[in-house]
Amino acid sequence: MKSAVVTFPASNCDRDMFVALEKITGKTPHHIWHQDSEIPDVDLIALPGGFSFGDYLRCGAMAARSPTIRAIREHADRGGYVIGVCNGFQVLTEMGLLPGALMRNASLKFVCKTVHLKVENADSVFTNQYKQGQVIDIPVAHHDGNYFADDETLAELEDTGRIAFRYVNKQGEATANANPNGSQHNIAGIMNKRGNILGMMPHPERLIEDAQGGTDGRGFFESIMNKIN
Amino acid sequence: MKARVHITLKNGVLDPQGKAIQHALDALGFDGVDDVRQGKYIEIDLNETDRAKAEANVEEMCKKLLANMVIENYSIDID
Repeated sequence: MKSAVVTFPASNCDRDMFVALEKITGKTPHHIWHQDSEIPDVDLIALPGGFSFGDYLRCGAMAARSPTIRAIREHADRGGYVIGVCNGFQVLTEMGLLPGALMRNASLKFVCKTVHLKVENADSVFTNQYKQGQVIDIPVAHHDGNYFADDETLAELEDTGRIAFRYVNKQGEATANANPNGSQHNIAGIMNKRGNILGMMPHPERLIEDAQGGTDGRGFFESIMNKIN
Repeated sequence: MKARVHITLKNGVLDPQGKAIQHALDALGFDGVDDVRQGKYIEIDLNETDRAKAEANVEEMCKKLLANMVIENYSIDID
């Protein structure tokens, strides 16, 4: 699988993403700089976490208007795979590639901890190596992960299996206590209609080998590889 | 010309920051605060002299960048 990681000014999880992709795919990913108007031909483009452009105006707003965005949009339009983690998810919503918006956490606090996620749809490009309903542990680290969408959009996401991951407790229940940021419907990750774009606030790239304390994030990348190979 | 843009959250969009401000006002003893909503205020200096053109231009700026139409409304004053 050929992949690329985009770096914006003040991205800070781009190297983690790079290393995760390199270890799991066995191939060195390409780097894309935010000013690159031409990008390499790859299967997957990853928008990493961080605080692109200092979160000025709105998280991801400036990054979503970068010179490289046109090329990423074309890649997505051709059916190429795109993932956005944390700030990358914010960028995808600001680009309009995913519906809704990510607002300030309901607690107003930066939340940095490992959360339980339920795999809500194990029949997607990004989740097929997990079991339906499986509960996995993945870290979150964000200030603006409070997913908001209007009722119509939420109903559509629910009805069409486009919620990939939901915040749950250990038993797999989507309770208010298990929700780290106030997201509607405990939403942690969603997909677009076509199923080739996913955004999520938690960081699967931070749990891909035992030295990191667990490997629950591997399935995410292995799922994408499974679709391509 | 100067454009003054106010960006506010749409009705129904939860505003935790506004709520925190409301609670702080309560704590300071300000009675009778029913609700607080926080927004943004942006000033833009334009070298345009045609008011209609300036307004149309700033409207485009709001739609393309300044406001996120999923969660925010904007209003423009030009003088």
